[in-house]
Amino acid sequence: MMSRDEVYAVLATVPDPEVPAISVVDLGIIRDVVVTEDNIRVTVTPTYSGCPAMREIEDDIRSALVAAGAPAVAIDTVYAPAWTTDWMTDTAREKLRAYGIAPPGPAEHGGLITLSRRAAPVACPFCGSTKTRLQSEFGSTACKAIHVCQSCRQPFDEFKAI
Amino acid sequence: MSESEEESTGYATTTSMTATANVAGVRASPVENALFEYVTRLGDDRLILGHRLSEWCGHGPILEEDIALANISLDLVGHAAALLKLAGELEGKGRDEDALAYFRDAVEYRNALLVELPKGDFAYTIIRQFLFDAYSVLLWDALSNCKHEQLAAIAAKCLKEDKYHVRHSSEWVVRLGDGTEESHTRAQNALNDLWRYTGELLSHDAIDDRVAALGVVVDHDGITARWNTMVNDVFSRATLATPTDGAHNQGGRSGRHTEHLGHLLSVMQIVARSHPGASW
Repeated sequence: MMSRDEVYAVLATVPDPEVPAISVVDLGIIRDVVVTEDNIRVTVTPTYSGCPAMREIEDDIRSALVAAGAPAVAIDTVYAPAWTTDWMTDTAREKLRAYGIAPPGPAEHGGLITLSRRAAPVACPFCGSTKTRLQSEFGSTACKAIHVCQSCRQPFDEFKAI
Repeated sequence: MSESEEESTGYATTTSMTATANVAGVRASPVENALFEYVTRLGDDRLILGHRLSEWCGHGPILEEDIALANISLDLVGHAAALLKLAGELEGKGRDEDALAYFRDAVEYRNALLVELPKGDFAYTIIRQFLFDAYSVLLWDALSNCKHEQLAAIAAKCLKEDKYHVRHSSEWVVRLGDGTEESHTRAQNALNDLWRYTGELLSHDAIDDRVAALGVVVDHDGITARWNTMVNDVFSRATLATPTDGAHNQGGRSGRHTEHLGHLLSVMQIVARSHPGASW
């Protein structure tokens, strides 16, 4: 029977299909693992509600655990508490930056609805300059925004804080 | 909106008492399961609007906007999937989110008329989106505090994503309204046309009263007031004139739709109905 730590170690090798530099554990979507004699139960929370990768992530988790010798795998989805990028570890943030994606800043909390963009500049993951401009808050995947660095002229993705 | 404006909390004990007390006076609705009906309305609004937005995929005025509208569409369809899954569980007749989305006819849909109208030009799509987003963030804010645990969880999740949506649509409203003569005219025409459908979005009926008795209490007057503040502020920055009356077109909540919904459903449901149970 696998230990809980061994299950986490396997999950740490399952990449996010859209941002393969980080694992599903780095992403902070693994909310719980329960191991019994004949079953491993993994509780995940979705990143974005409409993220098309969620189904694939579940399949990847299942096959990685089965390959590691799990007798059976059950995956539960929970909505509360809602996923926040604040759950991402510092290691994960560094991996994102090294991969060319600006890591998320702190997520907004509280119920206030702000209609103007936050002013904090996003540092370019390539040259470190904070002379960057937001091109669009919606990018190639649900979790990313598009920025352009005005110092090195490189367009880059930001993992949005949510 | 001002940063200092008080946050809506969705329910308070006093409101709750009043709402419960009112229920006895409400005419019995033919709907057996008010919560199923209520959650279906929430899901249908987002499914239909999400589908309308998806029609822009590959047709956006600029690349970034094409991507943004597709992203928002995906979020809304994701919200709809979670809501209709919950609705199916509340109904307890074995229907899941796909059964509800693909195998109901127009008369069984409960979305507000606003979201089923054709996408129109880009100004029309953006004005509609902003009118809806502004309402949606306020509603989720309230519902994230409601006493139905699963609905509150979905609401908290949707609120985070909808905050991005309303920021995006409100910025475009200002850009179009306070843009060129052409963009201003198109935005104003869209607003004049769409305003007629906003009353239904903000209205409440016996279903709302019945779910309030179950702990899903929403301060409708508070939401309407805050919605008016938000849209008036944005329209004034956009130099657009907010229509003052005529927000009277309704019927969607009871299944009386415009001709447009049937056409939309025929596109959305054709694959599922032609190949029931197919997987790929």
